[in-house]
Amino acid sequence: MDNTIASTNALDAQPLMPHETAAHEHEEHGHVFVPQHRHHFETEEQQREAGSFGMWLFLLTEIMFFGGLFFAYLLYRNWYYPAFAVASNQLSVPLGGTNTAILITSGFFMALGVWAAEVRKRKMLVVTLIFTTLFGMAFIGIKYDEYHEKWEKHHIPGAQFDVSDFVNPAANGITDEQPLAPDMAQHTQIFFFLYFAMTGMHALHMIIGLCLLFWLTWRAYKGDFSSGYVAPIENFGLYWHFVDIIWLFLFPLLYLINRHPLH
Amino acid sequence: MAHQISHDQAHDPMNVTNPEHAEHHIVTPVQYSMVFGTLLLFTGITVWVAYIDLKVFNPILALAIATFKAVVVVLFFMHVKYQSRLIKLTVACGLFTFTVLTIMTLSDYISRSWGLW
Repeated sequence: MDNTIASTNALDAQPLMPHETAAHEHEEHGHVFVPQHRHHFETEEQQREAGSFGMWLFLLTEIMFFGGLFFAYLLYRNWYYPAFAVASNQLSVPLGGTNTAILITSGFFMALGVWAAEVRKRKMLVVTLIFTTLFGMAFIGIKYDEYHEKWEKHHIPGAQFDVSDFVNPAANGITDEQPLAPDMAQHTQIFFFLYFAMTGMHALHMIIGLCLLFWLTWRAYKGDFSSGYVAPIENFGLYWHFVDIIWLFLFPLLYLINRHPLH
Repeated sequence: MAHQISHDQAHDPMNVTNPEHAEHHIVTPVQYSMVFGTLLLFTGITVWVAYIDLKVFNPILALAIATFKAVVVVLFFMHVKYQSRLIKLTVACGLFTFTVLTIMTLSDYISRSWGLW
């Protein structure tokens, strides 16, 4: 791999200077010519690998973090299945399915961005990062719309929660659900609590990712990532795809519990 | 004191240059597009199947499809198929630890069912 980089970035106009280590020069594998190479790594390849490893370790902590919420869902869905099934049907499959497609598309553009960084195409990297951001923002927009609907229908758990949709569905215009007993109807609050907790935590992760995307897009525009320094784009891609995977599980578990209630 | 150092496999006894022997494979946009199409297709299948009454297999199928999509994202979008064994092992450790979380907590609840199980 050719490690001598002719930098076209105006901010890096000086030629890259080799330096001598204690005993001898390492021009053959040329790691000293790469600007992002930190001295405590033997090679830039090792540095890149260590960065990926570190990001994966962080994602492992995130698996455990969301894992706790998924376990709570597993337990209470088993204990109060009728409540969960009926409450799940209050969510909109078209909106949730569209959001899933939007998030998958956002991940696709992020993956293309990583490729663009690796083959050093600055403009394509910036465009793909912008599309990643746009689709991410569309996801959050639809999520806000869904939350707003829950607020209006008094389906946010707490003092204002209204069980009448579940105790007496026919009176509220719902024709395809069986009514629930009052105590089971109260358990729909647990479903909605988990819905807001899990999708809310997921949305928080997306918003943090969007803020990082603004910063990365700016740096990509300046050319920081189109001269061989791919690690930040690659590692952010890992984070973004992980958040996507969480949603790939959230969608069927929250939206598709029992979409054939009267069979 | 300058001397020639050749860092290919035969002359790199300390394994300095590429200790992880990681190949720098670049996944192509064509591969990404195929993954993208697969993900969208299986999302559609998930929704379609949800409206069919398959009794106990509904949640099993939904989770199986979601797992397949996650595996595809991990292997290709996240490059893990082309990464070193260190990275692959790390991913496996994460899944293992999550399994431990689920199984141990479940066994706790099931063994003290408080009348609900």
